[in-house]
Amino acid sequence: MIKITVDMDKCQHYGQCVFEAPEVFQLNADDKLEYKAEAPDDMLADLEAAADVCPMQAIFLSKE
Amino acid sequence: MTDAPLLIVGASMAGLRTAEGARRAGYAGPITFLGAEAHAPYNRPPLSKELLQTEGQGHADVAFPIRSALEEGVEWVLGRAATALDVERRVVVDETGQQHPYSALVIATGLRPKPLPIDDHGLGGIHVLRTLDDAVALRSVLRPGANVVILGSGFVGCEIAATAAKNGATVSVVSQSRVPLQRALGPQLGAELRRRHEAHGVRFFCGESLFGLVGDPNVERVILTSGVMLECDVLVVAVGSDPNTEWLQGSGLDVSDGVLVDAGLRAIGTDGTVHPEIFAVGDVARYPNPLFDEVPRRVEHWNLPTETGKRAGQLIAAQLAGDDCAPLVDQGFAPLPSFWSDQYDAHVLAFGMTYLADRSELVAGSLDDECVLEYYRGDELVGVCGIGMRSLVQSYRTRFAAPARA
Ligand SMILES: Cc1cc2nc3c(=O)[nH]c(=O)nc-3n(C[C@H](O)[C@H](O)[C@H](O)COP(=O)(O)OP(=O)(O)OC[C@H]3O[C@@H](n4cnc5c(N)ncnc54)[C@H](O)[C@@H]3O)c2cc1C
Ligand code: SF4
Repeated sequence: MIKITVDMDKCQHYGQCVFEAPEVFQLNADDKLEYKAEAPDDMLADLEAAADVCPMQAIFLSKE
Repeated sequence: MTDAPLLIVGASMAGLRTAEGARRAGYAGPITFLGAEAHAPYNRPPLSKELLQTEGQGHADVAFPIRSALEEGVEWVLGRAATALDVERRVVVDETGQQHPYSALVIATGLRPKPLPIDDHGLGGIHVLRTLDDAVALRSVLRPGANVVILGSGFVGCEIAATAAKNGATVSVVSQSRVPLQRALGPQLGAELRRRHEAHGVRFFCGESLFGLVGDPNVERVILTSGVMLECDVLVVAVGSDPNTEWLQGSGLDVSDGVLVDAGLRAIGTDGTVHPEIFAVGDVARYPNPLFDEVPRRVEHWNLPTETGKRAGQLIAAQLAGDDCAPLVDQGFAPLPSFWSDQYDAHVLAFGMTYLADRSELVAGSLDDECVLEYYRGDELVGVCGIGMRSLVQSYRTRFAAPARA
C-alpha cells in the first residue's frame, strides 16, 4: 500500500490533485479537500502525478 | 558515443520532470544535470510567499522530492553554467571548459529577471527575485518599517508587495500599467486586487516609471517620471523576465524569443529543420498550443514545466530507443495552462490564456468576495479565473477544446 499524507496547513484546496487521482482526492461540498490515507501500489503513477501538480507541494507519499 | 548520457541543462523543475518522464517511458540509461545554481531542483512559487516571510526557511523547505527512479544513474553537475552548444558534435561546453557529450539534450534553462531599466549607478539595496539566493537576500532586508519600492505589478511584484506589507514594511508599487496584473487578469480583477492591496496599506503609482535614484552607497530615494519622490531602502525590480538562451547563440537553433520547438518539443533551427535529439521544456520553450491558435508562445506558468517535461520525456525515451517518433508527435501537444497566486487571503486560480482576452465577464459571486470571471477573445472563451469558488473554476478545465479550429 501507499500511504498518503497532505499537509493541511499548506493545502489551499486548489483541487489540482483531484484531476490526477479522483479515486483518492475529492473536493467536498464546501470546496475543501478530502482524501484517502491509503491506496494500492498500482496507483503510484497517478499519485505521483497528483503530488507533482499540487501548487503548494503539500502531498507526501510513502511506501507501507 | 552510444553511451553518452541524456544531458539536461538547467537543474530546474522542467528538467526534473523531463528526467522523470523519460524514466517512466522506459529510458534506463545515464542522465546528467548541468545546472548554474548550486541547488538541486526546487519549487519557486514559495520564494515570493512563505519562504520570503519565514526566517530560517531554505532549500529543504522548497526542494522537490527526488523519486526512486532517479536515485540511480544520475549525475548532478551543479554550480556550473553551460556556455556553448555544438549541435554537429553533440557536445555542450560549460564555464570551466569541460565538454559534456550527449545522446539527447534537454534545454531547461528558464528565465531571469529583466534588469532595472535605468542606470543603477552601482547602488546597493536593489533586488530581483528568481532564485532561492535572491529570496534569502531579499528576506533579510524586508524588515518591519523598511521603505520598500517595487517596480512592476505583475504576479511576482504583487506577491512581494503582499508579503512585505504583511511583514510590516511600508510598500509602494510603481507600474506603467493602469491597474496591477492588468495583462494577466484584465482591468476588472486588477482593480479589485489593487483595492485589496490598498486595504493592507500598499500604495500604487500607476502609469509611472522610474526616472532616477538617489543615495550612496545604497539607494535612499527613487524619483518617478511624474516627479514624485519616494523614500526607498529596498528597491525590487519585477518588470518581467528574459529567456536564458545566450549559451545557444551561434548553435543554429531558433532562439529569437526562447527556444522554438515543434509539437514534440523538439528544437527547430533557424533554417526550419527539426533537431530530433534536442528538446526544450518549461519557461524557456516557445511552442504553439492548438487549444488557442497556431502562434508559438512562451508561457510562464507553473504547471507547464510538468506538462512539457512529461511530454518531452516520452519522446526522448522513444528517440533513444530508436523508435519512430512520428506517431507521438502527431498526437499533438495541447496542455491547458494553469496558474495560481496568493495575495493576503485572496487565493487566485486560473485556467487557459487569460492574457489573450480582450474582455472579462463576472459570472459568479462578487468581486469584493469570492468570484469567477470568464475571459473572451472576441466570442471565444480563452480563460477563466476565480478567487475561491474552486469547484466552479475546476469545472472549466474541459471547456477549452476550440472545436471550431480542430
Ligand atoms: C518568485 C516566483 C514566484 C512564482 N510564483 C508562481 C505562482 O504562484 N504560480 C505560478 O503559476 N507560477 C509561479 N511562478 C512561475 C514558475 O515558478 C515558473 O514557471 C517555473 O519555475 C519555471 O520552471 P523552469 O523549470 O522552466 O525554469 P526555472 O525555474 O527558471 O529554472 C531554470 C534553471 O536553469 C538554470 N540555468 C540558466 N542558465 C543556465 C546555463 N547556461 N547553464 C546551466 N543552467 C542554467 C537556472 O539557474 C535555473 O536554475 C513563480 C516564479 C517565481 C520566480
Ligand atoms: S492540489 Fe495540493 S493544494 Fe490543491 S487541494 Fe490538492 S493537496 Fe490541496
